[in-house]
Amino acid sequence: MSSDTPTGGTARESKAEHIRQLLATEGDAVAANTRGFNAGRYESVAKLDEYEALKDEARAIKADAIERLPELIDAVAEAVEENGGAVYIAEDAADANRYISEVCEEADADRLVKSKSMTSEEIEVNEHLQARGVDVVETDLGEGVLQIADEAPSHIVAPAIHKSRAEIAALFNEYFDPEEPLETAEELTLFARERLGEQIKEADVGMTGANFVTADSGTIALVTSEGNARKTVTVPDTHVAVAGVAKIVPTVEDLQPFVELIGRSGTGQDITSYISLFTPPINSPTVEFDDPETPIGGAGEDRDFHLVLLDNGRLAMREDEDLRETLYCIRCSACANTCANFQSVGGHAFGGETYSGGIATGWEAGVHGLDSAAEFNDLCTGCSRCVEACPVGIDIPWINTVVRDRINDGHEGEFEFLVDGLSPDVETSGPDLQKRLFGNFETLARVGSAFAPVSNWLANADPAAALLERVAGVARERDLPAFQRTTLVEWVESRDRIPPADPDRKVVLYPDLYTNYIDVERGKAAVRTLEALGVEVVVPSVPGSGRAPLSQGMIDTARAKAEAVAGDLDPYVEAGYDVVVVEPSDLAMFREDYRHLLPEERFEALADNSFEVIEYVYGLLEDGGDLAALDHATGEETVAYHSHCQQRTLGLDTYSVAVLERCGYGVRTTDAECCGMAGSFGYKHQYYDLAMDVGESLAAEVRAADADHVVASGTSCTDQLDDLLGDRPAHVVELIAPEGEQSVLSATSRHTGDGNR
Amino acid sequence: MAHQHSSGGGYEAFAATAAEYGVDVRRVSPEEAEAAIEGAVDQPAVGALLPWDGVALPAAVTTDPTPAELSAATTGVTAASLAIADYGSVVLRADEHGSEPISLFTDHHVAVLHEDDIVPDMPAAFDWFGETLRESRDSAIIATGPSATADMGALVQGAHGPKTVEVLVVA
Repeated sequence: MSSDTPTGGTARESKAEHIRQLLATEGDAVAANTRGFNAGRYESVAKLDEYEALKDEARAIKADAIERLPELIDAVAEAVEENGGAVYIAEDAADANRYISEVCEEADADRLVKSKSMTSEEIEVNEHLQARGVDVVETDLGEGVLQIADEAPSHIVAPAIHKSRAEIAALFNEYFDPEEPLETAEELTLFARERLGEQIKEADVGMTGANFVTADSGTIALVTSEGNARKTVTVPDTHVAVAGVAKIVPTVEDLQPFVELIGRSGTGQDITSYISLFTPPINSPTVEFDDPETPIGGAGEDRDFHLVLLDNGRLAMREDEDLRETLYCIRCSACANTCANFQSVGGHAFGGETYSGGIATGWEAGVHGLDSAAEFNDLCTGCSRCVEACPVGIDIPWINTVVRDRINDGHEGEFEFLVDGLSPDVETSGPDLQKRLFGNFETLARVGSAFAPVSNWLANADPAAALLERVAGVARERDLPAFQRTTLVEWVESRDRIPPADPDRKVVLYPDLYTNYIDVERGKAAVRTLEALGVEVVVPSVPGSGRAPLSQGMIDTARAKAEAVAGDLDPYVEAGYDVVVVEPSDLAMFREDYRHLLPEERFEALADNSFEVIEYVYGLLEDGGDLAALDHATGEETVAYHSHCQQRTLGLDTYSVAVLERCGYGVRTTDAECCGMAGSFGYKHQYYDLAMDVGESLAAEVRAADADHVVASGTSCTDQLDDLLGDRPAHVVELIAPEGEQSVLSATSRHTGDGNR
Repeated sequence: MAHQHSSGGGYEAFAATAAEYGVDVRRVSPEEAEAAIEGAVDQPAVGALLPWDGVALPAAVTTDPTPAELSAATTGVTAASLAIADYGSVVLRADEHGSEPISLFTDHHVAVLHEDDIVPDMPAAFDWFGETLRESRDSAIIATGPSATADMGALVQGAHGPKTVEVLVVA
C-alpha cells in the first residue's frame, strides 16, 4: 500500500478537510441540537426512581431475545399469520427490496408513503422502488426535508438536525416557490403537513419500520411524535413494515421498560407523543379519500400486511462474540448525543453508509462491512461516556476497539521502518504507522525520558514536527509531551525513606506512563498525600496498562500488557496491598477493559482492589484519616474542576469534588462530556481541528467559572486545557498534598524540558 | 369496558402530568358528559360511539363519518380505554367505528375517559396491554399531548396529528 491509501498522508489531509468543512457548515446546528438532547436526557432520566433497574431489565430482555432469536422469529411468523398478515425473512437488502416491489406490484401501487425507518435506509428501498415507477414519499417532516434536499440523515432519530430553520426555509422557498415566503417553524410545519397530508390520502401502500416486534401477539411498536406513522398505517389498505430480525422481544409486557427509556435516552423526552402498538393488519377501517361520500367503517377486513424481517448480516453478528451486543441496540441515539465528537460534526462525519454515532461502528461492520465502519471508526476515542447513557448498557467502546483491530488487519505503510524500532508491539494484524506510533507510546516515553531534555527539544523542533506530521500524522500545532529525566519510580527509589513499621494500610501506587515519565509531580504529590494519611506507599516498576495500544485497536499488544501488569501487581494484591492509580484512563483499564483481556478471576482480583487516588483518599478520610494533614485552601479559594470522561463513567468524579470541598475549596464542575484530546486523538493531524472544537466548549465553561485554580484529573484533559487556556491545570492531588521534599506546585517546573514552551 | 383499575388519587396525578403537555383535563359526571362534550367541540365535529352506558355523544357530533366529513372536521371525539397517571397519557384503541382516524385527522381531539380506567404507571398499563393485545389482537396508541415536531428548527405542536388535546374524565 502506498501513502494515498486510506491510512496515508493524503487520506489524512482529505479527512481533515472534510471535518473542517462540516465544522464550518453543519457544526453549529448539530451542536445545539445534540447538546440539547443530551441535557434533556440527564434531566429526564433523573426523574425515574428505578432508572438503573429499568436499564438492567431492558438489557436482560434484549440478551434473552437475541439468545432465543431463532425460536422468536418462528413465533412472530406464527402470530402475524394468525392475525392475517404475512412474514418474509429477507436474507439481504436485495432480497427485501425484491419482495417489497412485488408487494407494490400486486397492490398496483403508484405511491408508497413512508414513516421514518433507518432499516429502510439500510436497504435503500426508496431508490429501488422509484426505479420501478413507484412514487416514494417520506412523511416524517425531517426525512421530508432531506428528500427535497437530496441529503442523507445526519442523526438516526432526528435526521435533519444539521439544518437550521433558516436553511429549511430557504430550501422550501426555492423548491416550492410558495405565494408567501415561509419563515417560522410553525409556517414550515403547517406547509409540510398540508402537502404531505394530501400525499398520504392518495397513497396505495404505507411503509413503516418497527422499534419493537412482539412474538406473542405480532404487535409492532412505533415510537413517534408527529402522527405520520399512524396515518401511514391507517390510510392505505396495504402496510409493509421493515424491521431487522433483532427487533423482536418475547412479549407485549417486555415493551414496558423500553417505552419508559427510549424517549428519555434519545431526545430527552419522558415519552414521545405517540407510542403506537399496532397489531396489523389493524382492526380499523381504511379511509378511502377517493370515495369521499361513503361512510368509513368496518374492522379493516380489506387490509393487507407484510412484515419484512431483515437479516442482512444480523444472524452472523449474533454468532460473533464481539459484535453480538450491537443487536441489543434500540436505536435511541443516546450514544450519538452524549459523544463529544458527534456533537461537533454529526453523522455526516461520524457515520457510515447508513448508521451514525457510537454504536454505528457495530452496525456498519455487521451489515455493510468493515470498509464502511473504517470511514469513521477512529472518531470513537473510547471516552466511554456513551456506556452509561446507553439504555441497554452496550459496551460501545469495546465494539469500536474490536472493529478497529479488524480494520488494522492488513495495513502496511511505506514508512513502517521508522517506527519498527520504537514499536515492539505483538500485533498479528497490521495497524497503520500513525496507530503504531501512538499505540507504542510506552517505548517512546521510556526512550524520551532517558534522553530528556534533548529528546523534548528535538521532537518539538520545527523540522522534526513537520516530519512527524507528514509521516505519522502528528499535528504540528501540538507540543509533544515533555518527558522528565527522573521518573517517579526513580524518585521514590532515591528517597531513602524508611517505611512506617505499622502502617494503617499498604498501597502500591501504579506508575502509569504519564505520571511516571511526564507529570511526575502529581505522582510525588500522591505519594506525600497517602503517606500523610498513614499509608505505606511502594512504587515498583510496572509496565504501561495497555491503554495506548488498546485505543489504537491493537488488542494483542494490549492483552500482553494486561498480562504483564497483572503479573507484577497480583503478588502485591495477594499480600494485602491496595492498588492506587492516578491516571483515570488506566484505572478504567483495570476496572473495565481488562474484563476483555484477562481471565475472569485475574480481572476481578485486580478490579476489586484498584482505586482512583482521590477515591482512595476519600475512603481514608471516611475511615478517620487526618484531614488536617492535607493542604487546605486559604480563604475563599475556588476551583474549576474538569473530571475525566472515563472517571465520570466509573462514577468517581464525586470523590474529587467532595475532597476538594473538605479541604476548603469552592468547586465548580464542568458539563462537557470530554475534553476532546482523549489520549492520542487530539494529537492526530486529521482530527486536530475537531479536537480543538470539542475542547473549546470545555474551555468556555472553564473561563466562565473564573476560578482561582483550574484542576483536571486526566493527562489528556490537562494537555488540552493547557493548549486552550495557555495555563497548565493541576491534578486534584497536587492541591491537597502536604508540602514535601520537592513540592513546587507551578506549571513551569514540570516543563523545564519542553523546548517549545 | 369491564376492567376495573385501581384509581385512588389517579385523577389528580393524571390531570397534573397531562397539563404539563398542555392537555386540558376536566372531571364530569355521566349526566353532565353530553353537555360537556358539546361545549368542548369546535364545529364541524366527528366522533366514534362511546362504550359506556348512559354516556352519549351529542347530536352535533357526526358518527360514522364519510372521508369528506373527516377531512372537513375540526374536532374528533373518541373514547380512551385507559390513562397512565405517571405520564399523563391516554390509550386510544383502534376500532371499527373509526376511532383511530377520527382522533388523528382532526386539529382538536377530545378524548373521553372513565375515571376507573386511570392506572398509576407504565407497568400497570402493560399488564393491561399484554392481556388485551394477546387476546384481541387489537391496536392501541399511547398518546401523550398533541402531535409535535422539532424537525423545522423549533418545537411545534401540531405536526401530522392534532394540535390540541382535551380530556373529559367521566366519574
